[in-house]
Amino acid sequence: MVNTGAGGWETVIGLEVHTQLNTRTKLFCRCPNVFGGEPNTRVCPVCAGMPGALPVINSQAVRLALRAGLAMGCSVNRSSLFSRKSYFYPDLPNGYQTSQWEPPICSGGRVALRSGGHELGVRINRLHLENDAGKCLHAGDGPSLVDLNRAGTPLIEIVSEPDLRGPEEAVDFMRHLRRLLVYLGVTDGNMEEGSMRCDVNISLRRAGTEVYGTRAEIKNLNSFNSIMGASRHEQERQREILEAGGEVLQETRHYDPDTGLTRSMRSKEEAPDYRYFPCPDLPPVVLDASLIEEIRAGLPEAPEARQKRFEDALGLNVEEAAMLVDSPGLADYFEAALRGGAGAKRVATLILGGLLPECARRGLDWTEAGFSPERMGHTALMVDEGRVSLRTARELWAELMDGGLEVEVLAERKGLLQVSDATALEEAAREAVEANPAEAAAYRAGKTKLLAFFVGQVMKATRGAGNPALVNELLKKYLEG
Amino acid sequence: MAELYELTLSQARSALLSRECGAMELTRACCARLRATEDRLHACLSLLEEEALAQAKKLDESGPEAHRPLWGMPLMLKDNICLRGSPTTCASAMLRDFVPFYDAEAAARLKSAGAIILAKNNLDEFAMGSTTENSAFGRSANPWDLGKVPGGSSGGSAAAVSAGQAFGALGSDTGGSIRLPAALCGCVGLKPTYGRVSRFGLVAFGSSFDQIGPLARTVEDCARLFEVIAGPDPKDSTSARLDLYPEGLPEQNFVEAAQAGGRSPEESLKGLAVGLPKEFWEQEGLSPEVAQNCREALQVLERAGAELVPVDLPHQKYAVAAYYIMSSAEAGANLARFDGVRYGLRAKAAADLDSFFVSSRSRGFGPEVRRRIMLGAFVLSAGYYDAYYRKAAQIRRLLRDDFDRALSRCRLLAAPVATRTAWPFGFTENDPLAAYKMDLFTVTLNLAGLPGLALPVGLGAHSRLPVGLQLMGRPFDEAALLRAGAALERLVPPLGAPAALA
Repeated sequence: MVNTGAGGWETVIGLEVHTQLNTRTKLFCRCPNVFGGEPNTRVCPVCAGMPGALPVINSQAVRLALRAGLAMGCSVNRSSLFSRKSYFYPDLPNGYQTSQWEPPICSGGRVALRSGGHELGVRINRLHLENDAGKCLHAGDGPSLVDLNRAGTPLIEIVSEPDLRGPEEAVDFMRHLRRLLVYLGVTDGNMEEGSMRCDVNISLRRAGTEVYGTRAEIKNLNSFNSIMGASRHEQERQREILEAGGEVLQETRHYDPDTGLTRSMRSKEEAPDYRYFPCPDLPPVVLDASLIEEIRAGLPEAPEARQKRFEDALGLNVEEAAMLVDSPGLADYFEAALRGGAGAKRVATLILGGLLPECARRGLDWTEAGFSPERMGHTALMVDEGRVSLRTARELWAELMDGGLEVEVLAERKGLLQVSDATALEEAAREAVEANPAEAAAYRAGKTKLLAFFVGQVMKATRGAGNPALVNELLKKYLEG
Repeated sequence: MAELYELTLSQARSALLSRECGAMELTRACCARLRATEDRLHACLSLLEEEALAQAKKLDESGPEAHRPLWGMPLMLKDNICLRGSPTTCASAMLRDFVPFYDAEAAARLKSAGAIILAKNNLDEFAMGSTTENSAFGRSANPWDLGKVPGGSSGGSAAAVSAGQAFGALGSDTGGSIRLPAALCGCVGLKPTYGRVSRFGLVAFGSSFDQIGPLARTVEDCARLFEVIAGPDPKDSTSARLDLYPEGLPEQNFVEAAQAGGRSPEESLKGLAVGLPKEFWEQEGLSPEVAQNCREALQVLERAGAELVPVDLPHQKYAVAAYYIMSSAEAGANLARFDGVRYGLRAKAAADLDSFFVSSRSRGFGPEVRRRIMLGAFVLSAGYYDAYYRKAAQIRRLLRDDFDRALSRCRLLAAPVATRTAWPFGFTENDPLAAYKMDLFTVTLNLAGLPGLALPVGLGAHSRLPVGLQLMGRPFDEAALLRAGAALERLVPPLGAPAALA
């Protein structure tokens, strides 16, 4: 597809995505893997690079990497190796990063997503494990400080093939990855805290040509906006160079989100020599076939497939299905609530129109509301059975969440229990017809729209508690009978 | 009766358990010997006399505990093995003031076995060298000839043990650093199978080569220390889980094996197939006196019933080159953490980050360490990796195959530890290559990851300095080395006390 934004040029993008894993402890030591905290309070001899300290691989990190790799259709390397990637920086305690070079834990996968209204397949080159560095804090003119709390945090790096055509696809791919990885429980996906960040490799070529142009790599983008901004700017910059007959340099660039510009960090010639070699402190990561199968079998349904199932088999609309699938754990909650026997559409309506808005109003995450899927299922069932109206259920939501009383009990106390008792309603319907003879005559003369008027009368009499379907039926009987 | 410091570790243990002497008395005897000899030897970098005496006092108050195999035993540690709360300098200006807040696993095991750590021993800076002349805090001397080197890099430990400053010490062996000084100083040194002793807390030099091992005055003493420090450690991913080992694991009672060897040497040696790698015995430059003593030792073995079998290690000729390539590559990365940021020597003001690193490291590291870091960076550089590192790794594999072949026919192999006896100070000063070649007979075993025991086999006829024989064995078969070593030790005349300290 020709990217029109570049005018006659096709933009080619590949991403390297770094994702922090949702493990309890760091990759090579037992320090807690938690964001932030007082500087240098979550460090030990291993992650602080003290003399004589040795790394021990975190098996939970290996499992999460496998989970991500298998979900992306990668093949698993039964024996993968950690290498040392050497460079000096104050936040890198050992003077090398311990990362997988050859072979990585997973290689050769593919993910499918929808972007700009079409299906897009993106090949995954590799997925490997590595540890994160600490952070340097530069405070004005004073000395720079180093915080090693983050040092040793487990990361996976996912390297895509250059299958993305333009900034929009790059952002859609990143969104897709984030949703997938959060869904898998591999990461918390919190981009503001740096849980996911990526490098964008971008080049331009004449539309219709095969050979890739020279690429630039834009480092360390940590929001969808910056991926979009950096790619767009870089696309324009390269186009201007190429159209002026110039050559794009292979280089690493930095993006400044404040100015929206990228600038050169270093050229290909200045690229550091990382002197990779196998880490002698860590034996190869050898995986049993049974472990791989266990993890494969434990993979949840892919979010796309689940969304489609919600639409096709459960009759939800696209928006409802997407909302349920997008929020981590919400689809599970939804399916748990369905076990109460209520209709899927009703449950979805109550989650999206009752629970979520009330949580939003209170500034809570829905998981903090303490509203069990069983109660959700029960509430939906009460609506389905006509004991309370949908409107009543929504109106009572705040009280429902605050107390332990079920919706029908609350409704009864407030006199809002829906009247499905045919005798009581019949009385009200008959009275409504008899009290309004002119309208009744008009109805019978063909002005059937007046039915709504009579329904209103009955509802008024029953203070809104009449079961609408039953009321309709009874009124018709009196008017037409 | 002999002076207390002259006892072997095994004798000292009997004396302690039978309350013939107390831990305090034993520790004081070592301290006195230390004071009497240290001016001449400079075997120690830090003395922990006060702590040692305090601990001895505490131990004496509660009385001997037979279940603690090193109860009340004064020992020393090479100064690249971390000891909580005590300086651990690696004989480097870089770590002059470094005090770890954790114990090396091996040190922790000594302590919980009841040992008293009396001092930290001198070494070549970061264990890089074969003379202990590369120490930033001054060289150590050989107790047999104060004008000669004690060998290295565990030279301080070997000199201290031979001189009677302690009953044993832990050293580390990356390319011969336990065996060479043991041979040159006339004591016994064991380099265990790679993975046998935890490396946690050993300041890394060549991580895939390094092993901590004991130095002591007898084979049985070595076995006693070894038995305490050997065994898996979850903190070291390269430490061997023997419970996961295929069947047929050899004997694992080291003290018993050594005692059996000493008690009935002929029985222990009878029918034992001992391989003689021709690449060692026919090595050009092997000094006649070393060859003579070692051949006499072979005759002793043969007379006792051992079978001598000529074997080949065809890739031995590449061993030194492969060793220096791989160990330097690992060393370069291992020493990258010494950047002045978190601990260690730190440059004061620097114009920028790079000059901060350069200045801290240039001042912190001595010339030999700098040479190895540069060598390591070179062999891993883009475009050179295949020609050097990858090639060396292939040679390493082939050498291990050589050993596996030879050791399938023989239970162990025997060869000299070094081509010569101790050499004068300054001998290799301007010729790093000559210094590297002093490791000719020892690096092979580190490449193969196999165990080796160095033990004295008399004084050279010409130099009157100790000559060491090296027994090399199958993986995790240290017991066979200790049994045969103890048997041989029993059959060759003892060296006696170091001549220069008499």
